[in-house]
Amino acid sequence: MAENIQPGTIQDQEEVKVQSGRARAALPAADLPDKVHTWPYLVRAEFISGCILLLVLMVWSITVDAPMEEPANPTKTPNPSKAPWYFLGLQEMLVYFDPWIAGVLLPTLIIVGLMIIPYVDINPKGNGYYTFSERKFAISTFLVGFLGMWVGMITIGVFFRGPGWNLFMPWDYWDPHKVVPLTNIDLPYKIGFRSQMGAMTCGAILVLGWLVGVPGVVWQLKKHTPFMRQLGMMRYGIVATLFMIMAGVLVKMVLRLSLNIKYILVIPNILNI
Amino acid sequence: MPDPEKRRTSLGDIVTNNYVWRSIFRHGYADTPRNRVLQVSANVWLHLHPSKMRRHGIRYRHTWCAGGLTFLLYLCTVVTGVVLMFYYRPTGEYAYWDVKYLDFDIPFGMIMRNMHRWAAHGMVIFIWLHMFRVFMTGSYKPPREFNWVVGVNLLTLTLLLSFTGYLLPWDQLAIWAVTVGTNMARATPLLGTEGPFGPQLGMTPRYDARALLTAGTVVGAPTLLRFYVLHCIFIPVIASILMILHFWRIRKDGGISGPL
Ligand code: HEM
Repeated sequence: MAENIQPGTIQDQEEVKVQSGRARAALPAADLPDKVHTWPYLVRAEFISGCILLLVLMVWSITVDAPMEEPANPTKTPNPSKAPWYFLGLQEMLVYFDPWIAGVLLPTLIIVGLMIIPYVDINPKGNGYYTFSERKFAISTFLVGFLGMWVGMITIGVFFRGPGWNLFMPWDYWDPHKVVPLTNIDLPYKIGFRSQMGAMTCGAILVLGWLVGVPGVVWQLKKHTPFMRQLGMMRYGIVATLFMIMAGVLVKMVLRLSLNIKYILVIPNILNI
Repeated sequence: MPDPEKRRTSLGDIVTNNYVWRSIFRHGYADTPRNRVLQVSANVWLHLHPSKMRRHGIRYRHTWCAGGLTFLLYLCTVVTGVVLMFYYRPTGEYAYWDVKYLDFDIPFGMIMRNMHRWAAHGMVIFIWLHMFRVFMTGSYKPPREFNWVVGVNLLTLTLLLSFTGYLLPWDQLAIWAVTVGTNMARATPLLGTEGPFGPQLGMTPRYDARALLTAGTVVGAPTLLRFYVLHCIFIPVIASILMILHFWRIRKDGGISGPL
């Protein structure tokens, strides 16, 4: 009861919140002391969650055995050979891009891109609490990139890829002899460019337009708004480039899966995108 | 006021009010503010914590406990991993059979291996959950920018730890998953035989970025030894140092983030 609380005791400081409803009514939430003792409140929360986790881990480890297959045999390649599940997003990107882009460039950009987030996100709002309305762009981009693309591609890799890295439904029989006609063509060819030079020019315009042109036009249109001034050209350039690369990966995936587009830009022996 | 003389004896009293208990614990615990502070600040395990913290920081719905549970899972892998090291030899002849022996002959060997494996997978899941919640609460914003960067490094190291460990059972699953993974290094620009400008710079299958990882042209016994050292010494040491930095920075950055 609120009136029983002795000044200067523990009750005075924090146990108000566990008192009866009357006491709580007497003290609106805003008047509750902001600081509480770590012991017992945090330590208790950690202890309980830790115990639950250890319990689950132990039951899991008693019931499910870690996999163990035949001894390593370099002459017997399994089909499909899958990377560990947490890397299947990268392996999946090999379908859409050349190995140096899928396996080296994009992972590097993911790591570097994550690291620079705090330095390019200048929105002071939403620091330390959940909100969507105050950080719409940041949160949507993160959700698309992390849940949509990273977790999405891992899901495809784990459940939908079978022999020959072909698409299978999880309940399909994995037929190792499934033949998928290779009808992949390059985008400029599809549009109608038949000469190598024409196709290269078309591809270069598309890729450069996407990575440089679109961000450049947006900058020209918006550079005098207060937000863009505060952001500055440097930060804008970094964010826009990374954003367009991420969106580009998504676009390329969709083009490949729906229209069988192989490359957009082909410069023989140098660069395929 | 209830009469203290008439207090009912509780189970707690029966357990603590006797000669044996008192011989172990001289006096009880008085729940005073001073003692609450001392419980944290004078305890070697708990003193990483502040003795008082802002109310929202203890809520499950704010942190999901994801960072703390990532750390707990890391500790699980360290403890079980050291046990496994007693029985495991990282050579082409022995590795596979040592793991088999662990699974079928050594008391509790199977459960140690299972716990090590599942805790490692759990750590990957929980570190992603943790990163997700830190992003959602905007906790990378000033003054916590650098701790986010430390976190991204921890994420990379955690994935590398899992990946290097994947090879050690030396079975078909291990060798081919690692073959797929390390093949990508072949395509490193400048430093890989099949990467842009690699051959022009004199990269050969024997001397390129992939050969550095696999200690040879194929995933073989030398790769096993290399991954073993990376997995058991190199990466854990660096990750542990970064974790200490991470926890220290949480305190220095003003504790768990919260509405201002
Ligand atoms: C081995 C990996 C990691 C461990 C053991 C770890 C542990 C922790 C712990 C215990 C906290 C306290 C709050 C909480 O539990 O949420 C925390 C906070 C934090 N972590 Fe991590 N973490 C790890 C990886 C990461 C990663 C991958 C990121 C981001 C990319 C990150 C960024 C942060 C930040 C910015 C905070 C401060 C959050 C706040 O004040 O609300 N950490 N970490």
